[in-house]
Amino acid sequence: MSHETDPFAEFSEAFFEEAAEHVATVEDGLLRLDAGTLGVEGMHGVFRAVHSIKGLAATLGFGEVAAFTHEFESVLDRLRSGTMVSTPALAQLLLRSNDTLKTLLDASRAGRASSVPVAEETAALKAVLHGTNTGAPTATTAAVDATDVATGPRQYSIRFLPRPGLFATGQDPMLVVRELAELGDEVSVVCETTRLPAIDALDPEQCYLIWVVKVTTTAARDVIEQAFMFIEDDCEYSLRDVTDDPSRAGVAAFAPTLKQVAAAAVGDPKPVAAEATSIRVPTDKVDALVDLVGELVISQAMVNQIATTFDLGRLKELQDALASLDRSTRDLQERVMSVRMLPVATVFNRFPRLVRDVSGKIGKKVRLELQGAETELDKGMIERIGDPLTHLVRNAIDHGLETPADRLAAGKSDTGTVMLRAFHEGGTVVIEVSDDGRGLNTGRIREKAITNGLIRADEVLSDDELHALIFAPGFSTAAQVSDLSGRGVGMDVVKRNVEGMSGSVAVASTPGQGSRVRIRLPLTLAILDGLIVGVGGASYVLPLLSVVESLRPNPRDVRTILGDGEVLVVRGESLPFVRLHSVFGHPTATTEPSQAIVVIAETDGRRFGLMVDDVLGQQQVVIKNLEANYRKLDGVMGATILGDGRVSLICDIQELFRFTTTRRHAADIGATTVGAPEDIFA
Amino acid sequence: MTAPTFAQDLDVASDANQYLTFQLGDQEYGLEILAVQEIKGLSAITRMPNTPMHVKGVTNLRGAVVPILDLRVRFGLAEREYDRFTVFIIATVGSKVVGLVVDAVEDVIDLAPDAIQPTPELASALGGAYVRGIAHVGERLVALLDIEKIVSGDLALLDAA
Repeated sequence: MSHETDPFAEFSEAFFEEAAEHVATVEDGLLRLDAGTLGVEGMHGVFRAVHSIKGLAATLGFGEVAAFTHEFESVLDRLRSGTMVSTPALAQLLLRSNDTLKTLLDASRAGRASSVPVAEETAALKAVLHGTNTGAPTATTAAVDATDVATGPRQYSIRFLPRPGLFATGQDPMLVVRELAELGDEVSVVCETTRLPAIDALDPEQCYLIWVVKVTTTAARDVIEQAFMFIEDDCEYSLRDVTDDPSRAGVAAFAPTLKQVAAAAVGDPKPVAAEATSIRVPTDKVDALVDLVGELVISQAMVNQIATTFDLGRLKELQDALASLDRSTRDLQERVMSVRMLPVATVFNRFPRLVRDVSGKIGKKVRLELQGAETELDKGMIERIGDPLTHLVRNAIDHGLETPADRLAAGKSDTGTVMLRAFHEGGTVVIEVSDDGRGLNTGRIREKAITNGLIRADEVLSDDELHALIFAPGFSTAAQVSDLSGRGVGMDVVKRNVEGMSGSVAVASTPGQGSRVRIRLPLTLAILDGLIVGVGGASYVLPLLSVVESLRPNPRDVRTILGDGEVLVVRGESLPFVRLHSVFGHPTATTEPSQAIVVIAETDGRRFGLMVDDVLGQQQVVIKNLEANYRKLDGVMGATILGDGRVSLICDIQELFRFTTTRRHAADIGATTVGAPEDIFA
Repeated sequence: MTAPTFAQDLDVASDANQYLTFQLGDQEYGLEILAVQEIKGLSAITRMPNTPMHVKGVTNLRGAVVPILDLRVRFGLAEREYDRFTVFIIATVGSKVVGLVVDAVEDVIDLAPDAIQPTPELASALGGAYVRGIAHVGERLVALLDIEKIVSGDLALLDAA
């Protein structure tokens, strides 16, 4: 079956997304099972999730997944029916099984499910089912199995009468039949056509058929009844134990046929592009979009109508229509962006497991607190923020928190707390990772920084400045980690990742009370509010988020220090100062700061002045990636297209600030282009 | 057994051996037509800081930001004022799109593979390093360019997609 002709391709994609959600549900449930806080309802939820994966996998032909989930599900079923009691070892096994299921799903998506070794897991699950695994409570299972063994496999005859109208609700009776057939090795399926009407009375959208499935299985009655779980309201069925029924002899003959059919259906996994991503969007968001597009069309029709018979007397009317068009466009833009927004819960959900694993491994007691998981973030960032957060949480547990003994000695509870918190703040999303551990050791950071040549031995730094040093590259090689409470490991990578998303990261710490890393991200990567400035005849966009104010300095406010660096004095505070035209190599008429405008920008809590010729306006700009067709430019984070169709570059405030401190000016940067022709008109 | 013949026919009819030729000064160059996306008149260019002289800046190509490379400068020829006859050849290299500034576009020529001669040892004034081969078309001498070599170094992560 080639990919192109595969009628299930689009369903497969939806299946994998849904399955990923189910797997997350299962993991969450199993963690609570392990902690003893999963009630009966929760156990049912876990079971249903696995059961759904199994059903869909079988329907769509992902045989490996279906086969594996079958065993997984069987164990879960014993747990939910109370015939088996959970133990830590069993919870551990189930968590591992869920990991295997996850791997299996990913592999199936890439079309190579068969490469995933599942035999060991399957065997372990089977062992639990048969009470031979030490992970299961031997007494209980042994007792259960003893009865099973005593009675042996039973043959059941199941008569299944779907309600004629069930197709209308999207049900497929064959799923039930197939599931029943999977319960055992000896299966026969007979279709009764007694309900079929005469051909002229036949409604092809009704289901008239009745199935009788005879299956020999060790499964309990309630397991069999689960096959009807999703269809209960749409059918009638009867279940009869016919083990001693003499007609049983004929069963074996049917079996191969159905098994073959099933095998053909579940065979050859389909290659699916693993990179293909999609978004599941709540219907209300889509409905709102549809409404807005409707409004937009009406607004546009109004403008068109006015334009055809326009005279100056109708100017006001035109302006009103344009204003309405403008509003609709803006709303539409916002709503479209919101389609890309996902709750950070999708990332947060991986942490209960991580915390459990890491804390178990290093023998610390950790309580994880999640807050604001419903806060929404652009899908692109959701995908990229996972690794940095994992790193921070791991660090917090491994290096931030003390051992239980140390904690008790310090007068704290022996259980440490790691908190993940997300919230909105002034048009940005903030994600924090904090702990109540020992805090950063500024003394040792200082020592290390001096050894590494990051600061001079006599340099005086505030605590905040010292804390910020852990983000410096080169501060974090493995050898230094153990030396230094380890907070330096890979923090430069975290910073780079976050800055790659136009975000910023900062750390705060109080000795003995803990540390907090705060990541600030823009709501979206695609659009930003920009301040458009003129520099030497060209225009640049400054992200408004970083702009504090703009002012025209007095001649005395810009001073030169030590002959080269310029500073700007604003209300008694002296700020680093750069001339944008010299950074970007533009010849300009305005060289005297008191004739120009200085924009005060802020990055990482540090402010500096940027001299420009003019402030041209403020507008939302769509960020275009320069790297799509060219490459990264120093001091530039991207480009945008302004209303007149021209390209304008968007400044990277963080990098521009670096230029102020490294004194990197026109000499290095703009030299190659100085004297090049200015913008050219056709 | 008609299939192979049909395939061969297709091959001959395809653009694989077609070249777009253009002028730089009095020299004639050719670019594989499969790499050419479109030919465009002059439009506003936004200069970029910290770029080599031959990278004139970026322009807006229907919403995409596309770098513009001046081939005269790239090949070390004398620069020329842009006027309304200046032409951008928009080319695709891997997954990237670039605009090349040339004096004028000539025509499209068919070249059999054996009509292309290896590049002689040339002075760099002709852009020797970027020439993939030389073709004689009647009286004309066409230098066939290797677009990837020309733009490599300018475009980051030039993947051979």
